[in-house]
Amino acid sequence: MFACTFDIAGLSAPKRTTMASSSLQRCLRHTLVLPLTNCTQVRHCCTVPRRAMKIVHGVECATGTGTKPLSRHVLKQHTHSFSDLSARHKEDSDSLSRSDVSHRSQLIQMKDAGALNESPTSLDLNAASGLYALEEVSDEEAISITLPPPIPALSTSLRDYVDNSEMLGKLVQLGVNLWKLDQRRNVGSMLLRLDFNTDVAPRLFFLKEIGVDDSRLGYIITCNPFILTETVENLQTRVNYLKSKKFTAEAVASMVSRAPYLLNFSVKRLDNRLGFYQQQLSLNASNTRSIVARLPRLLCGSLEPVKENLKVCEIELGFKANEIQHMVLAVPKLLTANKRKLTQIFDFLHNTMKVPHHLITKFPQVLNSKFLRIRERHLFLQYLGKAQYDPAQPNYVSLDRLVSLSDETFCTHVALATWEDFGLFQKTL
Amino acid sequence: MASPAARIYRRLEGLFCVYKPSGIPWKLVRDTIETKLLKGLDASPSLPLPQQIRFLPQPGSDTLTPKGLSAVSVPILSKHPLVLGVGNGNKVLNDLHNLPVTRDYTLEGEFGTATDDFSHTGRVVERSTYDHITQDKLDRVLAMLQGANQKALLTYANVDMRSQEAYEMAVQGQLGPEGKSPPILMGLRCIRFQPPNFTLEVQCLNETQKYLRKVVHEIGLELRSTAVCKGVRRTRDGVFTLQEALTRDHWTPSDVVGAVRQYHAVKKNKLSNHRSRTHEYKTQNQQDDDAGEEMHSR
Repeated sequence: MFACTFDIAGLSAPKRTTMASSSLQRCLRHTLVLPLTNCTQVRHCCTVPRRAMKIVHGVECATGTGTKPLSRHVLKQHTHSFSDLSARHKEDSDSLSRSDVSHRSQLIQMKDAGALNESPTSLDLNAASGLYALEEVSDEEAISITLPPPIPALSTSLRDYVDNSEMLGKLVQLGVNLWKLDQRRNVGSMLLRLDFNTDVAPRLFFLKEIGVDDSRLGYIITCNPFILTETVENLQTRVNYLKSKKFTAEAVASMVSRAPYLLNFSVKRLDNRLGFYQQQLSLNASNTRSIVARLPRLLCGSLEPVKENLKVCEIELGFKANEIQHMVLAVPKLLTANKRKLTQIFDFLHNTMKVPHHLITKFPQVLNSKFLRIRERHLFLQYLGKAQYDPAQPNYVSLDRLVSLSDETFCTHVALATWEDFGLFQKTL
Repeated sequence: MASPAARIYRRLEGLFCVYKPSGIPWKLVRDTIETKLLKGLDASPSLPLPQQIRFLPQPGSDTLTPKGLSAVSVPILSKHPLVLGVGNGNKVLNDLHNLPVTRDYTLEGEFGTATDDFSHTGRVVERSTYDHITQDKLDRVLAMLQGANQKALLTYANVDMRSQEAYEMAVQGQLGPEGKSPPILMGLRCIRFQPPNFTLEVQCLNETQKYLRKVVHEIGLELRSTAVCKGVRRTRDGVFTLQEALTRDHWTPSDVVGAVRQYHAVKKNKLSNHRSRTHEYKTQNQQDDDAGEEMHSR
């Protein structure tokens, strides 16, 4: 049943179409079921170069998806005969240009054939799709059907693969920010190589077991996709270590949710860090635990910035050791704050607002706030004559009320002015 | 079938002015506003994801939604520190920049020091006394400066001072420098004098910040002393005044939409005023064709 002879010579172009297409159709009826879109285009022979591309594509698609070797052989015959067809077209003078294009397009499409290694289609596709795959479709309808673009072998974004990969689809449903992971260099390829059931699922179950909330799983994987490549034994060892240091289960869960890289570090490194904080700040065990539980990324980042910050506080800002200890216990973020901003705020507080050290120690959150906020509010109070930061004097304004209140509350209760006035004053600065 | 985000974006198209807090680089301001506008657009309900028909082995469900990742169109903000344009506003912004618009500034100065870059953060070059300076002397110096600038204004107007058209332009208040010109101060006034500090109000054209600081420095020199500029604050840029400027709390999409609407209203008002003025001028001077044409071209 494979003898498809295309008797082209002597036939005029339109008739050629119908002859060739009908013969092709007859041949293909005996082959495997093809996806609907491809099949309908096979009907159309190459009268127009565009259609030529489609038909070749259709045939190539079939080559890619056919499971039976027999059918593949059949289709190869078709492509062979098709190339004969195009070769014979070449001889014909009036279709010379068209065939050139078709030949070229055929070559191009041949290269793409390898890329189409889709999931295998089953024999029952017809019944499942609800549309009879080999039904007659009119010409206009057939033109309007477009093929989905083939999956590229190489791509810079995960977007091309997300429709076809079950793993990526499940990650998206979890809430993972794929575009953020795209920006990092090798993460995309690493993710595509993983399998959901064998790699991702066990780790997600592990995270759930230690108490991480479902809604945080997406965030954790977005920040740290390499948690999916860490072995579950290692993860378990580290969690056991933290528990041995008397961190409660909830504390461990919250630390992992807020510092996704935590469990990627070896036990030795975690131990090192905890020891460093305990020693440098001369804290007892429970205080160290409290600081680390509140700011888990202290255990993740490098220790050099922390050492520099401590030195800055001691030497440049002139705080004593016990003052630093008190401030860090209250606001651990001071250890990872930006040095320049810290010195800028302190300079303004101490030299312009004339606030002494011991007052700043009492309200360490003022070192954590935005410089612009402190500056604008202080100048506003100064303009109104209410800039009084000494507790011994009347009309005292405490530093924490200065920074932590919202704008409206600050205006009404501290400055005793309206919010609009504050806006107008801001425009005069 | 525009999404709510696209509708808000369309409403953002235009010019609005913001007040940049001092000490903050303008690029940071522009980026902050851009982020806030984008966040506001993102927060608006998005269209449902498009559906795609796909054939999958299992029977039943055969649709999969390709998750489009939020690609909200970025409003292209321009470089101007005080006046920002969104979307189509960019072209308008360029035109505004090229037009001869006057700007108002408040200059804060301090007597007694001179620095290399004329501002109070520069390296001190000279110190001097300032006890001899009085308000009267300051006003006299300012008047002299203003006179010199007025002369410069007239020379750059490219119009023969003895002609009828110059008179008509002066009557209309449109006698000014044409095309490129060095910075010209059109008005200069002292609003506060508490030695060593003083504050000037200037209206100028084609100026740069360094030129304004230099003006303060020269005033110090004229008064046989020295002065540095402690602050330059723009209070008006063409039609945009300080009153309409948005402060930091108001850098949200809703406030920006309001500001843009106000700008469009002002523009329409100005255009209609201009049209009515040219119309009545034309009817007055039916015989004088030349002058009429001149007005039109202006």
